[in-house]
Amino acid sequence: MNIPTSKNPKRAQVTIQNLCKEFGGIPLYKDFNLDIKAGKIVSIFGPNGCGKSTLINMVAGLMPIDSGQVLFDGKTLTQTKIGYVFQNYRDALFPWMSAWDNIAYPLKRMGMDKGQLQQRVNELIELFEIKFNLKQYPYELSGGQQQTVCIMRALASEPEVLFLDEPFSALDFEMTLFIREKLQEANLKTGVTMVIVSHDLEDAVFLADQILLLTRRPTQIAALMNFDMARPRPAEAVSDPEFISIKSQALQIFQREMNRIS
Amino acid sequence: MQFNFLKRFVPILGPIFLYLIWATAVSAKWVSATLLPAPSTTVMYMFHVFASGSIFPDLWATVARTFYAFLGASVIGVPLGVMLGSSPPIYKSVEFLIDFFRSTPSSALIPLFMLIFGITDINKIAIAGFAAVLVIIFNSAYGVMNAKKTRVMAAQTMGVSRFHIFKDVLLMESLPQTFIGLRTGISLALVIVIVAEMFIGSESGLGHRIIDAQQVFNIKDMYSSILVTGALGYLLNLMFMLLERRLIHWGGKG
Repeated sequence: MNIPTSKNPKRAQVTIQNLCKEFGGIPLYKDFNLDIKAGKIVSIFGPNGCGKSTLINMVAGLMPIDSGQVLFDGKTLTQTKIGYVFQNYRDALFPWMSAWDNIAYPLKRMGMDKGQLQQRVNELIELFEIKFNLKQYPYELSGGQQQTVCIMRALASEPEVLFLDEPFSALDFEMTLFIREKLQEANLKTGVTMVIVSHDLEDAVFLADQILLLTRRPTQIAALMNFDMARPRPAEAVSDPEFISIKSQALQIFQREMNRIS
Repeated sequence: MQFNFLKRFVPILGPIFLYLIWATAVSAKWVSATLLPAPSTTVMYMFHVFASGSIFPDLWATVARTFYAFLGASVIGVPLGVMLGSSPPIYKSVEFLIDFFRSTPSSALIPLFMLIFGITDINKIAIAGFAAVLVIIFNSAYGVMNAKKTRVMAAQTMGVSRFHIFKDVLLMESLPQTFIGLRTGISLALVIVIVAEMFIGSESGLGHRIIDAQQVFNIKDMYSSILVTGALGYLLNLMFMLLERRLIHWGGKG
């Protein structure tokens, strides 16, 4: 067990204990346990329908759990600041507000004063090297820009854990590379714990300190692989032998799990 | 340049065509001039009633009744619709009533309203307001019920309170649909006000003017009043469309 890093409030360890969830009487998760270490990036990868998104939605409180508990450094969800990035950025941003106001919205609702709020948004603009005009409305931005705004908004309140549900699936390759790089930087700078659901093995491996491979339902952990490649990882890291080796190991485990049932 | 000019020209082709058919029908005596005056005569007469000011009392009476009916309907309809929409079980419990009365032509209720309110201005405003309030409730409720779930969840993950989720997300989400309700509502209110002015002993209003002109066979006045009524309906709709485009800039794009 890791010692909770209470000195740094921006990172939390996530502990999932005896989590159970049924859908229509069929168990999806049964006594599921998982520890996610503080400050790490964990990618969740697994066969279709194994409940990757369901898992993070339950942890993020967007979906009720049948039993078990989820703790963040021993605290409950309501005591914890989280961020969440949705797959569908178009439906997640508030189109009646400018991109800037979208990013500032969680801060405004936290009761932050105007000066601090401006400073915080400027920090994010710097971190993400934003070149486009944030006074535009979301529907005036490209898909990649919108997803960038979503990530900035999710990071604005300096969450302890950031959840990302297939953040790349609607982006073109160029934007995927950009966001991969920015997520890494955000993790290095703030130490925020990140949990990423991905259906693309390369995306999953590229960002991860740990790759969580899931089985078919009832979902269990097939493997929790460590990937210690030095950071920041450049885009070319995908052709590094170390990267290729861990990716093929993950693929083997994935295929083993696929064949186990069928 | 020429293409642009053509593009601008296309929308007025229909009106020009109608004008020509109308003029031809009268000059070729397809229709008796006592039943249909020439379009030029009608339009000239319309200018005349505006220039002499004789149309204004009736025009303002109709505008005022429509406006009061619409105002009352919005003040009641929007908050009620939003409240119903944010609680689907409650909405389901009254859905049949709303749909039933929404489908009932409100003019069918005029005699009933006469019993309640007598032959007064309040009656005309009440029945027009009743017609408008139902579409306003319906649209506001659906606007809230069809709010994008992801946006609500996004606000939840930020730890935003339920009240603020309602105010900042649900209410904003319902606005495009609410505006459709308001626009339909004001058009309906005008229709009912005109009908009420015709048949509920009225001293003023465009509806009263049209039926009066018909009774005394003042055909030019009847046609020009019909045109004025049409223009009023068109302008009200246009006004709302422009307002909507300004206020709900994200409509259809979000």
